[in-house]
Amino acid sequence: MLSRVAERIYWMNRQIERAENTARILGVTSNMVLFGTPETREQTLLAPLTITDSAERYFQGKKPVTLQGLVDFLALDADNPSSIFSCLRMARENAHAVRWQITSEMWEALNATWIEMRRVRRVDLAGAGATKFFDWVKERSHLFRGVTYGTIMRGEAFNFSRLGTFLERADNTARILDVKYHVRLPSVKDVGGALDYYQWTALLRSVSSFETYRALYRDQIYPIKVAQLLILERRMPRSLCACFEQLTQAMERLQGQHDRAARRLAGEIYVRLTNADIEEIFQGGLHEYLTDCIADMSELAVRIQRAYLGTA
Amino acid sequence: MERRPKYDEMRAADGKVRPHFGPIAQWLAQTPAKRVAEKRREADLLFHRVGITFAVYGDAHGAEQGAERLIPFDTIPRIIPKAEWDQLAKGLKQRVEALNRFLHDIYHGQEILKAGAIPPEQVLKNAAFQKEMCGIELPNLVYSNIAGIDLVRHSDGKYYVLEDNLRTPSGVSYMIENRKMMMRLFPELFERQTVLPVEHYPSLLLETLRAAAPARVRDPVVVVLTPGQYNSAYFEHAFLAQQMGVELVEGADLFTRDNAVYMRTTSGRQRVDVIYRRLDDAYLDPLAFNKDSMLGVPGLFAAYQMGNIALANAVGTGVADDKSTYPYVPEMIRFYLKEEPILANVPTWRCGKPKDLAHVMEHLAELVVKEVQGSGGYGMLVGPAASKAELGEFRKRLKANPGNYIAQPTLSLSTCPTFVRRGFAPRHVDLRPYVLSGREVKLVPGGLTRVALKEGSLVVNSSQGGGTKDTWVVE
Repeated sequence: MLSRVAERIYWMNRQIERAENTARILGVTSNMVLFGTPETREQTLLAPLTITDSAERYFQGKKPVTLQGLVDFLALDADNPSSIFSCLRMARENAHAVRWQITSEMWEALNATWIEMRRVRRVDLAGAGATKFFDWVKERSHLFRGVTYGTIMRGEAFNFSRLGTFLERADNTARILDVKYHVRLPSVKDVGGALDYYQWTALLRSVSSFETYRALYRDQIYPIKVAQLLILERRMPRSLCACFEQLTQAMERLQGQHDRAARRLAGEIYVRLTNADIEEIFQGGLHEYLTDCIADMSELAVRIQRAYLGTA
Repeated sequence: MERRPKYDEMRAADGKVRPHFGPIAQWLAQTPAKRVAEKRREADLLFHRVGITFAVYGDAHGAEQGAERLIPFDTIPRIIPKAEWDQLAKGLKQRVEALNRFLHDIYHGQEILKAGAIPPEQVLKNAAFQKEMCGIELPNLVYSNIAGIDLVRHSDGKYYVLEDNLRTPSGVSYMIENRKMMMRLFPELFERQTVLPVEHYPSLLLETLRAAAPARVRDPVVVVLTPGQYNSAYFEHAFLAQQMGVELVEGADLFTRDNAVYMRTTSGRQRVDVIYRRLDDAYLDPLAFNKDSMLGVPGLFAAYQMGNIALANAVGTGVADDKSTYPYVPEMIRFYLKEEPILANVPTWRCGKPKDLAHVMEHLAELVVKEVQGSGGYGMLVGPAASKAELGEFRKRLKANPGNYIAQPTLSLSTCPTFVRRGFAPRHVDLRPYVLSGREVKLVPGGLTRVALKEGSLVVNSSQGGGTKDTWVVE
């Protein structure tokens, strides 16, 4: 497969996954602000900016942190390269460039999504409209992934689409979990209280794993178990471990002689995840562990680019 | 505008429906306008979803580079009886064969110039004549592997060749997509008549391209080279690559080493043997032609000269489809094939000749004037439709550079029923069949029918608001 084509496919999958994750985060956030005090409300609103690593850009605009401002910025802002709007635009752009290498169903899914996205106006996202919009983004992402999985030939295009999807998803899960480090409760006595419960529940819901948690642990929501689920549980499709299982498998299927550095790093991360112990992770500090994970993943992205996608 | 008797594809002069249009005329009379309008909206939606769009050059409103538009699709087919088509096909094969012979000749022995059938300066001083092509041997002696010949039908009922497109003719994807759309929207129409298929065009094209491969290669690797996704015909490049099952490459995907051409892939480099290039000569290779071209492949022309790569179409075909060469095509047919042309040319004045120029100046308001190198309906004047100011402006241009223009009488293009806001009405059409030359010359029955949607308009180009129709050759 042409390197340029692989690069486009890899990115269109990252972009769609990113749009979905941003919609998930915003969806949970707009629900969360209904709980808590004014101080916690502000913390809640800051979380999406932290997760998407875009706080600096947001504050450049000197806008106050409000839900509406956040939705404008992360969902609709054409100038914000990681907004849902921009992700859907770029994904469609990438698909347009390689539409002969993807199936017509994949192209049609992304093209129709973009045509609809362009019609969305700010007023459509006011009040209850926001939830509807986030659900729509999630559905379009599900549709695209399903269409991809159900129609594309099992070859390099498939492999690079999986690489893009799971690297983006793993990165997002790590960032979502890490946000609990940033969102502090008003005081120590609130730990384990109602607010804390809602925060952990919201976190689980944002990665569609509230039901999974209940089914697996049949227990109250404990931070350590949430972390276990989101990092190490390979049966949970958005956990780091599950993502890396898919990632390493896709990399092993790639053909030809390559620079081994990318595959080696992916393998190392996967092995570490399968052997890790959640108690040990907590002893070393969850935040420190996740920070390392996020750094490893961005190094992996650099190596993937160099080994397969770079045009040089 | 001058009123002349017109030839209508559906109705004869006495108002009777021509037999091959019978089933469609019946269908038009029976189908409620509302249902047809519904179907048209459905077609629009489908075309948009599939993304069969057309980027328009220099669109002032295009906030994004190269705004995308839909080419209007008209749901009433243009129908040609098989016997008429067979005659057309014969004429097209003859013409393209002569044009390829001509191209081979002028880059080799130049016999036609020596014989005085064409003035040497017409060829040798032509900007599209590529000296570097002299002496290069091409497989099957074919230069224009893919040719699009524009035909119109005059009020006398005869077809005329309006122009030859021997460089990178486009539009064939619409021919195929229009058929697909018609079968999807109106399957019942195909039960009433036997319509000859056109869907095998991509496989004929692949066969043609493989036949162009350098002799050393047994299983040639074919690619389609596109200027990129902002090109007006990008959809077609992608479509054809996908239909043939070959890679669609951009210049940056290719590189040369030791005079061979390779593409960059995720598993290393891969050799390429045939390039179906949808890129003009000037942009192919910055080392050989336009040195500022970012679209081409450095070293490509050297590899081509060495016979290591095939280009379809060949470099330097423009000299034969130039509008100032056009008047000589009947001569070429007589010279190379010793046959009389089956298809007629439109009478043409070459403004470079003082006598012709004087005639053109005098009758400008009745004529169509075109740039010799122009295409896509840009830079042309339709005398009867032009304002006084436009005529004056064109006179100045003609005087400044007469050699750059040719003029032809305003043909009364035939009309075909077409859906308009209320019901349907006759609109002017042309026809572009595609002729493939490999080991032999082939074409699919049909082509692209373009239609001028504005009442009275004769300009059918999609860049100028024209639409398309499905073209049926019926048994």
